Amino acid sequence: MTAISSQAPTAAQGEPLVVLDHVEKWYGDLHVLQDINLSIKRGEVVVVIGPSGSGKSTLCRTINRLETIGSGTITLDGQALPQEGKALAGLRAEVGMVFQSFNLFAHKTILENVMLGPVKVRKSSKADAEKRATELLDRVGLAKHAPKYPSQLSGGQQQRVAIARALAMEPKVMLFDEPTSALDPEMIKEVLDVMVDLAKQGMTMVVVTHEMGFARTAADRVVFMADGQIVEEGTPEEFFTHAKSERARDFLGHILKH
Amino acid sequence: MDFLTNGHNAYLESFFYTLMLFLVSGVLSLVLGTILVACRVGPVAVLRVAGGWYVTIVRSTPLVVVFALFQFAAPMLGIRFGWVQIHIGTVDFTSFFAVAVVALTLYTSTFVCEALRSGINSVPLGQAEAARAIGLTFGGTMSQVILPQAFRASVPPLASVLIALIKNTSVAYIFGVGEAVAQMRIMTNNYASERVPIFLTFAAGYIVIVFVVSFFANHLEKHWRTA
Ligand SMILES: Nc1ncnc2c1ncn2[C@@H]1O[C@H](COP(=O)(O)OP(=O)(O)OP(=O)(O)O)[C@@H](O)[C@H]1O
Ligand SMILES: [Mg+2]
Repeated sequence: MTAISSQAPTAAQGEPLVVLDHVEKWYGDLHVLQDINLSIKRGEVVVVIGPSGSGKSTLCRTINRLETIGSGTITLDGQALPQEGKALAGLRAEVGMVFQSFNLFAHKTILENVMLGPVKVRKSSKADAEKRATELLDRVGLAKHAPKYPSQLSGGQQQRVAIARALAMEPKVMLFDEPTSALDPEMIKEVLDVMVDLAKQGMTMVVVTHEMGFARTAADRVVFMADGQIVEEGTPEEFFTHAKSERARDFLGHILKH
Repeated sequence: MDFLTNGHNAYLESFFYTLMLFLVSGVLSLVLGTILVACRVGPVAVLRVAGGWYVTIVRSTPLVVVFALFQFAAPMLGIRFGWVQIHIGTVDFTSFFAVAVVALTLYTSTFVCEALRSGINSVPLGQAEAARAIGLTFGGTMSQVILPQAFRASVPPLASVLIALIKNTSVAYIFGVGEAVAQMRIMTNNYASERVPIFLTFAAGYIVIVFVVSFFANHLEKHWRTA
C-alpha cells in the first residue's frame, strides 16, 4: 500500500493516515487523555481547539510518541507506533513537528538547521540536502537568511524556518502545537500564510491553534477538547456557528470576546 | 641563583614532564568524562546508576588516596605498565608515568563529567525534543545537538577542572614521579639558601601553564559567543 501511495500520492487521498483508537493517558492522578478516538485522513487538515490544560499538546505529542500513552493504539499509515530505538526514530522522521517555542538548533545556522535531518537521518548527500534546504527556505521566504543563526531572526522568521526544517524530512503528516501563540501579532500572519499554503498543497496537518481565521480558511475539521476528552467535532462552519455542546459554546463565547 | 645557572635544564625537563602528565591525562579525562556523562544522562538505567556511583565515590576520594589505591591495587588486579618505555630527549616516560596518568584520569574524569552535565542541563529541553522530532536517535541527538551546545556552556567549568588538573599533577611526586615538584624538592635540598627563589621559580612555571590554558578557554568562549 505504501509503495502505491508513494508512486501516486493522490490515489490514497482520503484514506486514514493517523488513527488514534481508545487512547488513554494519565499523569499520576490526572487523566489527561480520556478515550480519544480520532481518525485523520490523508490530506486532511484538523484543527484542535480547547481551553488551557485540556490536553491538546499532549494529544499532539503522542502522535510522534514524544509522550507515551497508557493504553489504546495509535497507527500511522497502518503501522502501530514503535516502542523505542531506531524504529521509533524512523517513525518520527515521518512526522513533522512544529513547536510553540520554535526550538531551532541554537548552535547551527538556518541552513544547517534545515539540512541536519536529511543528512543525519535520511543520509542524503550534503549537496542534495543543501539544494533542497535552499528551495524550502525560499518557499518560506527566508533564503537570504540562510547563513544566519536563529538568535538573529525574529520569532516569525524562526517559526518559518522550523516549518522548513520539518518539511525537509518530507513527512507524511505535520503536527503544529500552537505555532503562533509565542509570536507578536504582526508576525502571526506570515506564519499562518505558510501553513495555509501547505494545507492547499495537500499536506496532512494537525494544528493546535486558537486562530479562527486559519481554522475557517484551511481546516477540514475542528476538534474541540475539554478536560482530556474530545467533546465535539465538525466542520469549521458548523463548529463556529452552531456548536452543539454547552462547553464549546461557552469556550467560543470567551475567545470571541477577546 | 646557582640553582638556575646549574639546574635550568633539570628545571625545564621537570616541567616538560609535568606538561606531558597534564596533556595526556587531560585528553584522556575529557574522553572518559564524555563517556561517563553519556552514561549518566543516557536512556539505560543500569549505566545511569553505575555512572552516578562512580562519580560520587571517586570524586569524594582525595587524589592522593586514588593514586595510592591504584598504585597498590593495580598490580594485584594484573594491571601492569612495565611495557611503557618512551624516551623524549633526556626525559623518560615509564610505568610511573603511566600509573600517574591513569590515576589522574580516573579522578579528573569525574569532574569533567560533572562540568559537562551542568552544560547539558543548561541546554533547553526543547532542543532535544526538536532533535528527536526530526528522527535523530539518542546518539544523534547527543552528538549533533546537545553535546555541541553543552560543550560551549561547559567551557568555563571545564577550564577550572583542567587548571586544577595542572596543579594536581604535583601529587605524582609522592609516588616517585620526576615531575616539577619532585625537582623542586631536589633543588631546595641542594641549594638550601635559595629556597624562596626556588619556590617562586617553580610557582612561575605552573602559572605560565595555567595562563596558556586560560587564554585558550577565553578564546573559545569568545569565539562561540558570536555563534
Ligand atoms: N509532564 C507533565 N507532568 C504532569 N502533568 C502534565 C505534564 N504535562 C502536562 N501536564 C498536565 O496535563 C494537562 C494537559 O496538558 P496539555 O499541555 O496537553 O494542555 P493544553 O491543552 O496543551 O494546554 P495549553 O493550552 O495551556 O497549552 C494539564 O493539566 C497539564 O498541567
Ligand atoms: Mg499546549
